[in-house]
Amino acid sequence: MISAKVELDAQGTWLGFKRLLPLSMFVIAFGIAFGLAAAQTGLSKTEAMLMSALVFAGASQFAALELWQLEIPLLAIMITTFAINARHLLMGASLYPWLKEVPAAKRYGILTVISDANWAIAAQEYQRGERNLGVLFGGGLALWLTWVTGTWMGLVLTQGIPDPEALGLDMVLGCFLLTMALGGSKNLRNLVIWSVAGATSILALYWLPPNSHVVAGALAGGLVGAYWLEEKDDS
Amino acid sequence: MTLESGLGVGLLVIGVMTLVTLTTRYGGVFLMSFVPINRRVEGFINGMSGSVLIALILPMAVEGDQAARMSLLTTLVIFLVAKKPLPAIGAGILMAAGWRYLF
Repeated sequence: MISAKVELDAQGTWLGFKRLLPLSMFVIAFGIAFGLAAAQTGLSKTEAMLMSALVFAGASQFAALELWQLEIPLLAIMITTFAINARHLLMGASLYPWLKEVPAAKRYGILTVISDANWAIAAQEYQRGERNLGVLFGGGLALWLTWVTGTWMGLVLTQGIPDPEALGLDMVLGCFLLTMALGGSKNLRNLVIWSVAGATSILALYWLPPNSHVVAGALAGGLVGAYWLEEKDDS
Repeated sequence: MTLESGLGVGLLVIGVMTLVTLTTRYGGVFLMSFVPINRRVEGFINGMSGSVLIALILPMAVEGDQAARMSLLTTLVIFLVAKKPLPAIGAGILMAAGWRYLF
């Protein structure tokens, strides 16, 4: 633990940066894949770099490339981007009790780099008593830097690029998030919440509009959590 | 609504994507600032927290190939046995790569 007081400082940010650096090395591989795909789709180098630097949300960027043709369907790209990234709404909300302790400028500054991996680590650290926001912010900076670097490499490298899937690298995030989930307490309440969330996400995958499954599953699990409250003296 | 791709149009699309994504990054915390925190809201928040993870992972297993499922299963087993994330993630990746190489 870095500090029990809610704060954002350089030291905590640096530690958070280093904490996410191993995982971020894999992010480079996906950045390369994105850079390559962007070039093949016909985006200029400037456009691809700007998209990675500003949007900084891989799944939605790949989805935008799918829709990116001679005529660009702006509305479809907006809806898809929102649907895929709507999980950020829930991730941010879940950290509200922590983030509300810092001034608005810092709060939203930190949220600018919130992403799956740094959120997952930060949420787990918060449960363990960590109050230094550097885990979230520094970790986000590491992910951002490697995502942008990877994109650039994908744009300039033309040969010798291995297929990330053949190396199993597409599973890094999934396996990482799984260890984060398993690290949580496995009491009956959580197992029921996870089952409801999982079942809802699968139903949504087949029956609800595309890309709504993460939000649907998370909200369903959250509702179970709201109505099945933890015992007061659980810890 | 479609736009002819050309000079400036790509940048406009990227700008719009940026605004939409920032809205999702800021929106959850912004909306929560209007919600009084009581035990029920806390229960919702902590239930949702783990649920996001499950709702991200399970569809990967369902939609992915057999290698993806074996990879997640390997990570699950190794993590429950060894209690350490890095070996579990490493084993999961090796399983995905190995499975795809062999089958």
